[in-house]
Amino acid sequence: MMMQQHTIERSDEHPDIITINMGPSHPATHGVLRIVLHLDGERVVKAVPHVGYLHRGMEKLAENRTYLQFIPYTDRMDYLGPLASNVGFALAVEELLGVQVPARCEVVRVMCCELARIGAHMLWLGTHALDVGAATVFFHTFRDREWHYDLVEDLTGARLTTSYTRVGGVVHDVTRDWLKKLREFVDLFPGRVDEYESLLTKNTIWLMRTQGVGVITAEQAISYGMTGPSLRATGVEFDLRKARPYSGYENYDFDLPTGSRGDVYDRYLVRIEEMRQSTRILDQALENLPEGPVNIDDPKIFIPPKKRVLTSMEELIHQFMIVTEGFDCPAGEIYHSTEVPKGELGFYIVSTGGKSPYRLRIRSPSFNNIATLPVLVEGGLVADVVANIASLDPVMGEVDR
Amino acid sequence: MADGERAIELLRAKFPQGVISAGSYRDQHWAEIRVERLLDVCRWLKEDPETSYEFLTDVTAVHWPDDSEVMEVVYHLFSLSRNDRVRLKLRTGDRGPVPSLNGLWDSANWNEREAYDMFGIVFEGHPDLRRILMPDEYTDRPLRKEFPLYRG
Repeated sequence: MMMQQHTIERSDEHPDIITINMGPSHPATHGVLRIVLHLDGERVVKAVPHVGYLHRGMEKLAENRTYLQFIPYTDRMDYLGPLASNVGFALAVEELLGVQVPARCEVVRVMCCELARIGAHMLWLGTHALDVGAATVFFHTFRDREWHYDLVEDLTGARLTTSYTRVGGVVHDVTRDWLKKLREFVDLFPGRVDEYESLLTKNTIWLMRTQGVGVITAEQAISYGMTGPSLRATGVEFDLRKARPYSGYENYDFDLPTGSRGDVYDRYLVRIEEMRQSTRILDQALENLPEGPVNIDDPKIFIPPKKRVLTSMEELIHQFMIVTEGFDCPAGEIYHSTEVPKGELGFYIVSTGGKSPYRLRIRSPSFNNIATLPVLVEGGLVADVVANIASLDPVMGEVDR
Repeated sequence: MADGERAIELLRAKFPQGVISAGSYRDQHWAEIRVERLLDVCRWLKEDPETSYEFLTDVTAVHWPDDSEVMEVVYHLFSLSRNDRVRLKLRTGDRGPVPSLNGLWDSANWNEREAYDMFGIVFEGHPDLRRILMPDEYTDRPLRKEFPLYRG
């Protein structure tokens, strides 16, 4: 087996090679990402990313947890948009079970997914701009992220560890008060996006730092398994919400922004527009939220309402069984994926029957996206490395799992 | 939609010896491929206009310690142009070897490294087969079934 050479020695060909280490603890690596850079002056000759610093063995842990017990782990994958991962996992287990959730639940889940997308993109924008020196934007997005987090907290009781979905529903219904707050957010937020754009989109320094930087072609992106906004910035119009709709996404009217050059600037434009499209989806979800239950009425899978648990022996037993032992899944294997803020998040579940998966594979978008980093930075300037990392929007909790 | 159904029909016609078995669950179709034919099968699936799986979504493995061929390598392919997914599997011994798909899809690089890291499967022809999530000096293969789930 030929091992790839990971160091470039000084030679006649490379008389001035310097190897520097970036990360794993570096403010611009957005978590614990380490990159070994080989530099010829200011040029990056070679970049070798090292991941795994946040590995918690989630796939292994899942084999020893019931399906319900795994939901809190999904919070800790993409911790910038945990609601979206919650939904993705619940949908995968429902696919395995062959369960369909009620209409109201689907709409509430769409709200969760789009709220997560907006929150994740706000963090990306603020830190991305900060990384390349535009500190002002950070204060704007973090002010609004607080607003967004208030909504998340009102909905789930937690800002970060939301664990909002359950197999067969969500943990509790949305309140009228919360819907009013969300309406206010949906009405005002597009103005805030304009505000962010006024700081960057035509800003000469921003354009110089992002245009033509970190170019990846559509062919390369597809070959690397890149998904999400980074793929769409290369001109590929692929989004699982459109291509393979789930939770009723086919009923919403929204556009897929795409780029053409596949550079840092296009990735910026795509995510900016996605925030607007997400508010469009939220607007329609608020308009069309049906009445009815938010979970399935199957006491073998979903815990019955507390009132019934306290008044009926049988329902008490159902609750006890679900909490202490979990529910049985049929033997089989499924792959189900959803469009989370970073791209395609897939769960491949192998079940041999029983209460835990025999094998749970998490196909994370950030893992595949960050693998393209050498393509983006090699040949470019060392100062652009931070712009490239930020433009890929990796979240290490999801890369390392 | 029946994911992969048509592609597997075509695959069986094209490589009658290459496909060992096929099946489906919840309308997701899979085929078990003979390891010697993996590269030919994948190249054809990627390049033939009727299948055109341009996208290698995922490579992973499942450990079945009670079987004679304990390692199952699982590939998820996706066709952007046809919006269709298919699952390929193959069985191999404890450490493989399995041919690497790096020449066809760049996404095979990191995903095969992870399968090597977690299961110890050797991917032949991989340009850079080393651990990815666990430290280089680590000696175990955590996703194998003999690795304990907890210390009791």
